[in-house]
Amino acid sequence: MSNVVEVSRLTKSYGNVTAVSEVSFKLEADKIYGLLGRNGAGKTTIMHMITAQLFATSGVLKVFGEEPYENSRVLSQICFIKESQKYPDNYTVNDVLELSSSLFPNWDREFANDLVKDFQLPLKRKMKKLSRGMHSSVGIIVGLASRAPLTIFDEPYLGLDAVARALFYDRLIEDYSENPRTIVLSTHLIDEVSRLLEHIIVIDGGKVLINEDAEELRGSAYSVAGTATAVESFIAGKTVISREPFGVLLTAGITGRLSEQDRKKADALNLAISPISLQQLIVQLTGKKTDVKGGAPK
Amino acid sequence: MTLIIDDSRPIFVQIAERIEDDIIQGRLPEESQVPSKNEFASFYQINPATAAKGVNLLVDEGILYKKRGIGMFVATGARAVLVEKRKEQFFEQYVVTMMREAEKLGISADQLTEMIRRGEAK
Repeated sequence: MSNVVEVSRLTKSYGNVTAVSEVSFKLEADKIYGLLGRNGAGKTTIMHMITAQLFATSGVLKVFGEEPYENSRVLSQICFIKESQKYPDNYTVNDVLELSSSLFPNWDREFANDLVKDFQLPLKRKMKKLSRGMHSSVGIIVGLASRAPLTIFDEPYLGLDAVARALFYDRLIEDYSENPRTIVLSTHLIDEVSRLLEHIIVIDGGKVLINEDAEELRGSAYSVAGTATAVESFIAGKTVISREPFGVLLTAGITGRLSEQDRKKADALNLAISPISLQQLIVQLTGKKTDVKGGAPK
Repeated sequence: MTLIIDDSRPIFVQIAERIEDDIIQGRLPEESQVPSKNEFASFYQINPATAAKGVNLLVDEGILYKKRGIGMFVATGARAVLVEKRKEQFFEQYVVTMMREAEKLGISADQLTEMIRRGEAK
């Protein structure tokens, strides 16, 4: 079976507020996914439904081919690391690791011990006495050492500095190479994780905005800058995702491939063309609510 | 040579270009073994599938070949093929761009030739 998760028209409403609206996507086995979007876009709600911590209002949800609710066959294969994971008050780091080893069938004790050294965690310290960053490190170690067929990290690095985050990416990619599994990284630190991702799903306003291979997205947008009239004439008929006027100048973001013909036209109009990074693209697509499709000014 | 991966272009293309550079400059001689996709993945901190895509691009072009169970190797004659390919790109990337900029600045063909000679001496 190649699809680990299948979600179809999944919806979650609270009264008359719809947090997730008719979302459909699939997660294939052994890929690293990025679930991206702004805070409050609905990412966490979706992950809570996939991991059976929330009931969907409507829609179909299949995890490892089955409904996840109260289904131990499915749930034993999932490891969900949340931003604000709570642990019993008197638990030490070691207790959390021991508990995890009994919860996850694929738990690798040796790998967990190596990670404890890498992240310099005090095994005997109580969880509630840990700094914010150490607390996050425990979550990361559990997520990695669980080797769960579906591992989900939801903003796992609150309080972690750049060095510790780099360590996380490093160990993740190394271990994933040797033990492929489906991994979902949900974060707003897009530029840091984007190169680790094979596929990207962007959630915006409770809906799927982008569901695309990461490599297809890279280089799928560019910006043109020049005098406003020249830029307007170039972007007519193209999909414009942003426009930033600056005096008599205008910079416009465009999605689509730049053809040889486009490049010549841009040269003739004396326009500067530059690529848009994945991070910039997602920021531009999720940043503004105004729809600027079509090119011509309104 | 830069180790930084640029996020505005497909990464597999950049990986293929790095390998090409290594072959052209002799860091990866013909018939030598190319790092595995997992080695590329940990070195550049990229997804192994992306690294594999870059390597496979060069396999499709006959620059690399696979020895079953051992790994990827640089094909004999790969360097000459790459140098030819890069020469064509050189014209588009550098010469055409240079001519365009020269025209913008009003630099004549003679002045340009003179500049190239001066550049050679450096």
